[in-house]
Amino acid sequence: MKHISIKRYGYALGILVAFWLGSVFEQNSVFAALWEYKEDVIYLIGQHIEMVVISGLIAISIAIPIGIILSRPRFSKYSESAMQVLNIGTTIPTLAILALAMSFLGIGTLPAIFGLCIASLLPIVRNTYIGLNEVPAHLKEAAAGIGMTTTQMLIRVEIPNALFVMFAGIRTALAINVGTAPLAFLIGGGGLGELIFTGIDLDEPFMMLAGAIPVAMLAILVDVFIAAIAFLLVPKGVNPLRH
Amino acid sequence: MIKINNLTKIFKTPNGPVTAANNIQMEVPEGEICVLLGPSGCGKTTTLKMINRIVPPTSGKVFINGEDTSGLDTVSLRRNIGYVIQQIGLFPNMTIEENIVLVPKLLGWESARYKKRALELLDMVALDPSVFLKRYPKELSGGQQQRIGVARALAADPPVMLMDEPFGAIDPINREIIQDEFLKMQKVLNKTIMFVSHDIDEAVKMSNRIAIFKAGELIQYDTPDNILAHPKDEFVKNFVGDDRALKRLRLVNVAQVMEPPIHVLQTDSLSDAFQKMQACGYFHAITLVNKSTQPIGFVTKEATQTRQGQCGEHYIGLKSVISINDDLRKVASKMFTHDITWMPCVDDEGRMVGQITQKGITHYLGATYRRDSYQNPPNESEHIDPSNTTSC
Repeated sequence: MKHISIKRYGYALGILVAFWLGSVFEQNSVFAALWEYKEDVIYLIGQHIEMVVISGLIAISIAIPIGIILSRPRFSKYSESAMQVLNIGTTIPTLAILALAMSFLGIGTLPAIFGLCIASLLPIVRNTYIGLNEVPAHLKEAAAGIGMTTTQMLIRVEIPNALFVMFAGIRTALAINVGTAPLAFLIGGGGLGELIFTGIDLDEPFMMLAGAIPVAMLAILVDVFIAAIAFLLVPKGVNPLRH
Repeated sequence: MIKINNLTKIFKTPNGPVTAANNIQMEVPEGEICVLLGPSGCGKTTTLKMINRIVPPTSGKVFINGEDTSGLDTVSLRRNIGYVIQQIGLFPNMTIEENIVLVPKLLGWESARYKKRALELLDMVALDPSVFLKRYPKELSGGQQQRIGVARALAADPPVMLMDEPFGAIDPINREIIQDEFLKMQKVLNKTIMFVSHDIDEAVKMSNRIAIFKAGELIQYDTPDNILAHPKDEFVKNFVGDDRALKRLRLVNVAQVMEPPIHVLQTDSLSDAFQKMQACGYFHAITLVNKSTQPIGFVTKEATQTRQGQCGEHYIGLKSVISINDDLRKVASKMFTHDITWMPCVDDEGRMVGQITQKGITHYLGATYRRDSYQNPPNESEHIDPSNTTSC
């Protein structure tokens, strides 16, 4: 009961704040100022999404197999050191990765996609590896004991049981990806970063906001989208969100 | 039939090689349950797991129904062996049905056939298919999960089953129930089963044979009764416990020990009763039965000597009877509870078919010790003759 009433007050408060903000913005003609950038925003969102989707898909399709390979018993000798290398990799700032990508791929969309790809690779590899490694040993023993081949075991037992953790990695990776994508502008990759950085340089706060607000919303949307896919794809019996 | 020939496992560890199982040699006849028993680290689990090569043997051979399994590939070997583990190992991402039909599916059965099989198996393990088929393992209790574990192992009807402490993680009350159900199933299924346990009571209850392990060696392999009555050395003696003679009570049925029924009817006269007791050498009392030979009471010898009339007028109510299907443990328990030394034995309809006495029990259990030599294994027909215990 107490829980529900707190939630209800929270919603009411949220609506009030949104309403107040809306009226303040309207008075100061913030919306009108932002509206001026409509066409730019629509074009740049397209570019931005394109970068995120392409780099994200490439990252997922590379990272998951790497994670699976590292989790195989025959690579167990090397997997820990490989994970350490990847962990060190995550500490490199994404801006530095983009700069490095530019230095040998030139400027444009290609180095941007390459850089974003590298930045989002690491969380997916790590979570795939951890997720597969954390599948309880007795499940693998039971699977082996009833005569599954290693491939059958991977597909029917290990991946379904690791999927929730793997999706958490994909979520993190794409959140990083969407958030880093504005930096792609700095190496000529386009995207909403164009409005943000130009706005900062020209001291035009509305131009900056016209880039920043869609980036924030895009990040939230991508997160919700991945969460929804995880909700649907992770088998019911091992999905903590479904009872 | 499972035959193990010189099976050895040596693990290489940083501290040098460790022999987990040394030259294990044993044979489990078809349709029998063999319990591998011993303290932890004795090699019993290693031995079991070498049979389906979860642990690859260092040397030695395993034969299943006469076939050398070293010629089989691991996958098809395992698909023909039911495997149940202590942690149950149901796959949480699959429904109960999907878990059960996994092996039939791997073997390429048609869907109608394996679906029917899932229904059969759930019935067999006493779970309602309409309730459980579409559930997930996490929605089941531990006992229910292990029933599914057993059902999954039985799915493709393998001739041989390996069970690694299958009931070890289940609470004691449910464990008893599942053990009983499993024994009932085994009577019908007649599988050859190897079963790892560290619990001597479970071993005595479940097994046809017990193999006692110590530090990688098979110390004694024999019937439960012989293990309890004739432990081979101090280790086995200590392992089976000081109360090993009491544990033997569980192995014997009332029917094996009971003596022929001697009783009187309500309409018999007391003097007839006295004659009968004299003839049979009874010192204290005789059972009174009704017309359908159901025991209802007893007449004391004192009454037959001091009173006149029919037995029906002078009897005392019975404190307890025992079914011929019960084991001697229950008999002893009833005798201790009611402070009595004998009891009428009844069949399923409650008719008196014999009687059991304390003297008869001790005599039966003692028979194995009186045999000259343990080297001559006991012969079934040598079961003691009731005429030894009473003069009737």
